[in-house]
Amino acid sequence: MPRLASPRTFLKVFIALLALTALTTGAAFVPLGPFNDAVALLIAASKATLVVLFFMNVRYSSRLTWAFAVAGFCWLAVLLGLSATDFFTRHWIPSPSAFPWR
Amino acid sequence: MSTHPHLHRDDPKDYLHCEYGIRSWLFTTDHKRIAILYLVSITLMFFVGGAFATLVRLELITPQSDLLQPETYNRMFTMHGIVMVWFFLIPSIPAVLGNFLIPMMVGARDLAFPRINLLSWWLFTASGVFVLITIFIGGVDTGWTFYTPFSTFYSNSYAVAAALAIFINGFSTILTGLNFIVTVHTMRAPGMTWLRLPLFVWSNYATAVIMVLATPVLAITLLLVGIERVFRVGIFDPALGGDPILFQHLFWFYSHPAVYIMILPGMGVVSELVTAFSRKRIFGYHFVAFASMAIALFGFLVWGHHLFVSGQSLYAGLVFSLLSYLVAVPSAIKVFNWTATLYKGSVLLATPMLYALAFIGLFTMGGLTGLFVAALGVDVHVHDTYFVVAHFHYIMVGGMVTAYMGGLHFWWPKISGRMYPEGWAKIAAGLIFFGFNLTFFPQFVLGYLGMPRRYATYPPEFQVWNVLSTAGASILAVGYVVPLFYLFWSMRYGKIAPRNPWRASGLEWEEADSPPIKHNFEEVPTVTKEAYHYHEGVRLG
Amino acid sequence: MVEAEPVGPHHTPLREQFEALGQQREADTLGMWVFLSTEILFFGGVITSYMIYRSLFAPAFHIGSGHLDLVSGTAMTVILLASSFTMALSVHAAEHGLRRRLMLCLALTLVLGLAFLGLKAHEYYHVYQERLVPGSRFHLEGPHAREVQLFMMHYFIMTGMHALHMIIGAGMLIFLITYAARNTYKNYTVEICGLYWHFVDIVWLFLFPLLYLFELRTR
Repeated sequence: MPRLASPRTFLKVFIALLALTALTTGAAFVPLGPFNDAVALLIAASKATLVVLFFMNVRYSSRLTWAFAVAGFCWLAVLLGLSATDFFTRHWIPSPSAFPWR
Repeated sequence: MSTHPHLHRDDPKDYLHCEYGIRSWLFTTDHKRIAILYLVSITLMFFVGGAFATLVRLELITPQSDLLQPETYNRMFTMHGIVMVWFFLIPSIPAVLGNFLIPMMVGARDLAFPRINLLSWWLFTASGVFVLITIFIGGVDTGWTFYTPFSTFYSNSYAVAAALAIFINGFSTILTGLNFIVTVHTMRAPGMTWLRLPLFVWSNYATAVIMVLATPVLAITLLLVGIERVFRVGIFDPALGGDPILFQHLFWFYSHPAVYIMILPGMGVVSELVTAFSRKRIFGYHFVAFASMAIALFGFLVWGHHLFVSGQSLYAGLVFSLLSYLVAVPSAIKVFNWTATLYKGSVLLATPMLYALAFIGLFTMGGLTGLFVAALGVDVHVHDTYFVVAHFHYIMVGGMVTAYMGGLHFWWPKISGRMYPEGWAKIAAGLIFFGFNLTFFPQFVLGYLGMPRRYATYPPEFQVWNVLSTAGASILAVGYVVPLFYLFWSMRYGKIAPRNPWRASGLEWEEADSPPIKHNFEEVPTVTKEAYHYHEGVRLG
Repeated sequence: MVEAEPVGPHHTPLREQFEALGQQREADTLGMWVFLSTEILFFGGVITSYMIYRSLFAPAFHIGSGHLDLVSGTAMTVILLASSFTMALSVHAAEHGLRRRLMLCLALTLVLGLAFLGLKAHEYYHVYQERLVPGSRFHLEGPHAREVQLFMMHYFIMTGMHALHMIIGAGMLIFLITYAARNTYKNYTVEICGLYWHFVDIVWLFLFPLLYLFELRTR
């Protein structure tokens, strides 16, 4: 099994990344409402995945490397997700102290 | 498999005597010598933190503020917290015993990155110097939690200096964790499968995962606090649209898992001690091993229980309260399995075992009162009272410090090559156990009666319990000073330790000398047996 | 068990704590990945803070984002992606012992990295001229000025931390180029540094939509 992708693969990945960059900048001008967020983040995530898999050789690495590559993002999801449970439910019970600055 | 022609494995000198001079210590890359460097540094910090605790307890003998001004008192309990948490508890078992033992337990010559290990100690030393400077220029009064906007705008003390010390300290912790993770994954000896690893290694691995994934969030949060304080711009300041509770979320995302950094390694030590002094294989090895990982994982899901009365959403509170109960499951598994290991074992009550038994009892009390404060309703009553103070001291002092003392005695023959004096050690263990309970049990009562934490004064009706607590603290102090003397004494006059004085299992006892040679083993051992292969019924000693 | 590794002039020598080259390589790679997972959460803390404020103060963050130059943001993204591409080629060249190609690719990576930092500095200067740097000099008309300041604060911290990482990366590249010029480079020193460089790129891949795009252009 090869340890690295070939320069030809690197070039293909680079072109794909440029295409995705064009796509994400373009999509920002299309009014999709709240889906603009989703599209922008989804494209960012796919670009990151391409970089991780090919440029960072994770495609050719051990399961262990996969695990640690994914772990950081999972833990970040925990930080974002559980913090969000507070900020998105705070106004469910109207109270003057929920967001005092408003 | 290739071997190193340049390694002199027949060199008979142990790691303490293979080189001499101060440079051979300060710039060593030997994990055992670095462990000793950590031992010296954290012992110093322990007594610094202890001095602050002494002043706090002395002030609280009387209801008025007489020994210390309230402002000074605030600085004393803050510095006590900062020094004890980041400069003693977090490095205690991982950086001293973990550093010394993990390579030996997995059958390796050293950690994966010896120079990073040394860097880790130097960063720790640098952060220690910063914290001492902070103390000398006047200290901090924000509490160890640095809550905003007090820490960023109103506090008239040296919050940035202290935050900087902790920021640097964080990198030391991260590098230690990184080293442990890589070592356990890649440096195990032939035959040392994951399920043959001693439970001490499992629990330190779980700790290392927390160190690596939680500490960076503390670093960036303290950086934000520093920026807000220095540049006077709003990040968490409500006057500028910021939300102070967001600071608490970020802080506790680190600091709750950090509580498990301060208990998991202790659990690992106790698993070793209970098996060695019961002459039995641990009951339910798999459960104890995976419980460590479960605690590390669940530990990241519960931080919101520190925010129940801070203005956090009630619904978030419900989620966090429920998740907090999850942690009780793996913790209880461990306590039950240690107890089951004792059952029908040939129990020898040597000093390390006394500490281990004390740990089981005190940790159970600390853990169960943790369930009280994790319950939304009860927490409203006991939040920010001495009940919470007692609860976490039962975990951190009753649990972690007790386990650390037990581990230090257990592996002292391996570390120093000498036996400690058993009689004195038993007296000290007894003093610590008695003094600890007398210090902190009255605080449960005080908290339940409603005495808030972090005040220099209190209503006179609380005085009796406070006097009891201070009396206990003085006994506890003696209990901690006595080992300092006899352990020093034993380095010169103690009985020469054989290779395996406890007839314990584990590569560090069976394959390495006391004290070990520089590269731990004459040759890399091949492991053929499970961990804790004790023959049941054989008496020890 | 770890596989055998070839030994050559550009292969990292075996350090004394390891038994085999394969083991050492696995440890080095894993070490870098564990460090990168730490880095994810380091940036993650401030990204969390940003995301939460963005959801609370969407109109203000819209205004703030409008003050950043989308063209320069897109250009920085393209430059950084190109630098990642040349870095990947450097790793390939180092693995196959192609020294001249290695030097060329590393130099290109460095130039692209510096170009990114140049654009960043230009953008900072632009924000400074518009008096949008948080602090006493901050000046903005309109009802959301306070929260726009919060946006700018996060902009500076996130891109500042990122730029700091880029500077460290550039320093690393200079060392690698020196080693390559002296013909003393080691194949997976290049690879490990490459991992770091790509990671810094990935951080930007998220900062770009978060700061420059994120729902805001369409309002």
